[in-house]
Parts: sequence; structure tokens; C-alpha cells
Amino acid sequence: MEHRVILIDENRGRAAILQQALVDAGYTVVGVIHSSENLLQRVQELTADVIIIDMESPNRDVLEHLSLVNRENPRPVVMFADNDDRETIQAAVKAGVSAYIVDGLSQSRVKSIMEVAIARFREYQAMRKELDETRNRLAERKLIEQAKGILMKRRNMDEESAYHALRKLAMDRNQRLSDVARTVISMADLLL
Amino acid sequence: MHSPIDSSLSPAAVYAGNGQGLEKTQLTYGIIPLTDCAPLVIAKEKGFFARYGLDVELSSEASWANIRDKVLVGALDGAQMLAPMPLATTLGIGGMKEAMVTAFSMDLNGNGITVSNDLYQRMLAADPAAMQEQPLSANALKTVIKAEQAEGRTPLTFASVFPFSSHHYALRYWLASANIDPDRDVNLVVIPPPQMTGQLHSGVISGYCVGEPWNAQAVSMNVGRTLITNYELWNNMPEKVFGVTARWAEQNPNTHLATLMALLEAAKWLDQTENRMEAVRILTQGYIAASESVLQMSMLGTFQYASDEKPRKLPDFNVFYRYAATFPWRSHALWFLTQMQRWNQISDDNMDVKAVAEAVYRPDIYRQAAEALGVPYPTVDYKVEGVHEQPWLLNAATQPIVMGADQFFDKRLFDPMNLEAYHRQFDTFVA
Repeated sequence: MEHRVILIDENRGRAAILQQALVDAGYTVVGVIHSSENLLQRVQELTADVIIIDMESPNRDVLEHLSLVNRENPRPVVMFADNDDRETIQAAVKAGVSAYIVDGLSQSRVKSIMEVAIARFREYQAMRKELDETRNRLAERKLIEQAKGILMKRRNMDEESAYHALRKLAMDRNQRLSDVARTVISMADLLL
Repeated sequence: MHSPIDSSLSPAAVYAGNGQGLEKTQLTYGIIPLTDCAPLVIAKEKGFFARYGLDVELSSEASWANIRDKVLVGALDGAQMLAPMPLATTLGIGGMKEAMVTAFSMDLNGNGITVSNDLYQRMLAADPAAMQEQPLSANALKTVIKAEQAEGRTPLTFASVFPFSSHHYALRYWLASANIDPDRDVNLVVIPPPQMTGQLHSGVISGYCVGEPWNAQAVSMNVGRTLITNYELWNNMPEKVFGVTARWAEQNPNTHLATLMALLEAAKWLDQTENRMEAVRILTQGYIAASESVLQMSMLGTFQYASDEKPRKLPDFNVFYRYAATFPWRSHALWFLTQMQRWNQISDDNMDVKAVAEAVYRPDIYRQAAEALGVPYPTVDYKVEGVHEQPWLLNAATQPIVMGADQFFDKRLFDPMNLEAYHRQFDTFVA
């Protein structure tokens, strides 16, 4: 049986990656929703078997409502929550993704969809982390260059001794080089 | 025999205050940015957690579902929860099944039912006499709905915040009391509180039941009118609790107690009128995306129902400590369980709800914390609701405790020892 999947994720980049991965794995993605506008209506119109949602979306609670057994909703949607498989749930929470399925669907079949989602969310997380670190490193290098420049200009140091002065200060204060550089820059106008 | 809380009182009798005896000192507790996350925020910001040797980080979560799931898998140690949530999770309705525990009630009241200006006008036109009632019934709404049904129009949509919430049950109770069937005559949905005002404005929903500051927000922006607060619906209705898994409570008994002591002190601090403005500042500066003026309305004991009206006095709109507000009454748990049965969230009519209430609501743990702090506490676990129109004295306590009114707006009684009779009162809807 083919599973119809909806993705709810405000992050378009991540949604696109996951959508592709699910299609590659042979699932049908019937809709990708990026905003909370008319969410419930769109989810109901698309009649999916599985809804995958970013955990940081406040709209999770909107979907929780679908779990209510009521007369108008003969196929309640339940959270993907196989009590025997805490590891998958734990991995999902850690990766920041959650899923809801139509009641009665075999949990083991849904598990494979979950695994694809978890893997992609994790990958995305790692990518973001790497990007942030690269950005930080670049910013730090800029700070150090700027602080070096200040010392060279105002204290008449050459580049190497300016760098050594910064490094000594960092070691004496038990601070990071970039923090010392930030202090030098902020104090430059006052003191030098 | 019990001294009141005194900040010089050393907690040394229980813990050295330096973390000795605590199983865990680095903790992450979850909150949802609403007025009533205040006890956890104040316990952190005013140093009550630190006083009991706890280093607590508060994690602001995007949904109640996240709160539940993160507590279940241990990503959070505990959290602010809607009072019915630990019960629902213990029963495994709507998500994973996991035994939960609450030994602390975070507040009473705090919600309101607000409708769009357009629906208000239609209600006023349909039944002007009913709109004069205080507290306001849903009778005029019933007339509007009947007329719309006759015209074949689609049902009005009302929102609450979670399927297992006092908001959801308050809204259903109010509608049903006017013979409006919440499952047929209206369309009930869940919407995240920060989106409520916008969706009311755009007409996606016609009304909602939500906590502050989201009623005040609609009123201050003149997109809606509050018809009734849940205080008027049920005086001193239980609202949020501090919840943990039963496993966590078992593994961290001292840390749990230290947390409860800090929360008790925070709740007491919050109910001293002179501290409320400081609490509003702390909440708006680091936790809640709303202006001071919106937040302070209810926190200072006033409530504005409509933008063309003056704020009315409602001193008990936010109750954190007085009236034994922090005590986890098992009768409150039972009331929520009867609502789950009434609205078919629990399909098993023969469930031993009393056993569930006793497993989840743990006044025994609460009493240890209160005893260690030397504050008075109830010695009974149950009380009848709906009896007192005025404040009253609870003598079944280590010291008599002044309790608040506990009436339902339809004057019904809830006797936790006679649930069958209670259920029978709400049998069916008249077509």
C-alpha cells in the first residue's frame, strides 16, 4: 500500500530535502505546508496517512486535536507513538521532528518513514551547526585581525608581536583570543 | 505549630541547601510563554531554585505536545502542564502512554471565552435579554446557532488550546449548559494561543477560550469581546500543574521536593500584591512577547471585557498561592476525568477513575514539601466543589486555611464521592 505523506515545516530548505528523500524512498508526498494559515483545513483536504511536522512548529497542538475520537472524524489521527519503540521516539525528539498517522496504520510501516525523516532532520541540524561554526570562525578571525591592526597602529607593533600580545593577554586572563580581541576593540577609543 | 514561610528559615532540615542529598542539580524545566508560567520563572529569577541547591534552565516550548513528548523521553526533567495533561498521558490518550505525576498546582483560573465583535453583535440582536445575564450564559449563542442551522449555514468554529485542557472543558461546559452540542452544533478546533487573535480577526474562528494575555490582546486591539472568564464559570478552577514522569519522581525524590519548595516560595511571592508589577516586568522582559500594559491587566486583578468598557475588578483572576491554590486536589483530577468521560475522550465508562486520580495527583509528596517549609496544608485529598459562594475556612488542614469560592455558574454540585450522580446530570442534548 502506498502511503500519502504531508510535510509541515516552515523551513523550506529542509522541507525540500526531506520531500526529495521521501519520494526517492517511494512515498507519495501529497502536500508541503509552510505556514499555519488554514492548516487544519488543508490537512483535512489532503487526506494523508502520515503527517510529518517540525517539532518547533506551534501547530503541533492543532494536529493533536485530530486525535480526538469524535463523531465527525471516523479516522482519528494519532501521534506516531509506538510504546515498544522508545528509541525511535527519542531520536525523533532529538532531531526535532514528529509525526501523526491515521489510526489503524501499521506502526512498523510508518517507522521507515520516520527513519527517513529523522535522518534528514539530523543531517540538516548538522549542516546548520557546521555553517554556524564556520560563520563564527570567520567572524572571530575578523575580530582578531581588527585588534591586531589597532595594536600595530597605536602601539607601533609589528604584526607578529601584536599577535603575541593578544595571545599572552588571552592566556593570562584565561579567555578566548576572540574575546580579548573584542575587549581591545571596544577599549581602543577610550584608552589608546 | 507551623511557622509561616520566612526567608531566613534555613532549609537545612531537609537539604543542606547546597545540593547535598539532591539526586540531580542541573535541571531543565519546560514552560509555555503564558502569564501562568510565572511560578517557574519567579522560582528561577528570584533565586528560589538556587536557594534549594537547584540550577534550573527554563526551556520555552512551542507547543503542549512538545512539553509532553520532551518530558516523556527525558529531554525535559519536568514542565508546566495543563492540569488534565498528566492524567491523559497516564491513560495514553492522544499520544504515548506513560505514568505521570503531579504534586503541585501552579495556579487557579486565568482563562476567558472571547468572541469576535461580529458574533457578539449577532448574539446581542438575537437575544438582548440573555446578553444582560451575569455571568453571561451561551443562551443568545444558541439562538444564533439555531437560526444559522435553519439557513443551512456551516457551523461556527470555536478554538481552545489543547484537547486536554481546562480551556477545552470550560468551553464545552459553557456551550453545553445552553444546550449547544459542542460536537455537532459548533466546530471545535485547537489553535496555538499566539495565533488566536489573528484568526479571530480574519474570521477563521468566531470565538475561543484561552489564557492571558490573549483575551486582553483581542480586547485591546478591539477585535473581540470577552463574554465570561473561567473564574465566573467555576470559581477557582484548577489550571496548570507542574508535571513529571512517575519514573523521574521515583528516581529523584529529593530533587522533586526541592523543586516543590522553590515553587511554593515562588507562588507565595507572586500572591503578594506588591510583587505583581515586578513579576509582570520579569515576564515581559525575558519570557512573554506581550506588552506590560496587556499583561498587567489581569495580573493586577482587573479584567477588561470590551474595548468600550472600563476594566472590571477581578481580584481572583490569577491565583497562585492563596486558597491552597498550590495543593494537588484529587477531586480536581476527578473532575477532569469526568469531563474526559463526558466528551468521549475516555471510552471506557467503567474505568476506575479514582485509582487514576490517586496515582497521578500526589498530595502526599506535596505535604512533605509543605511540611519542610513549615507552611499549612490540607490533610484531606478531596473536597466537594460548587458549595461555596463566598470564601470559607478549611479546617481539615494543619492550620485552618482560607479557601476561595468554588461555585459553578450553573450552580451544580460536584461530589467526588458520587460521580455517577454527577454524570447523570449531563445526559443528553435536546434537539
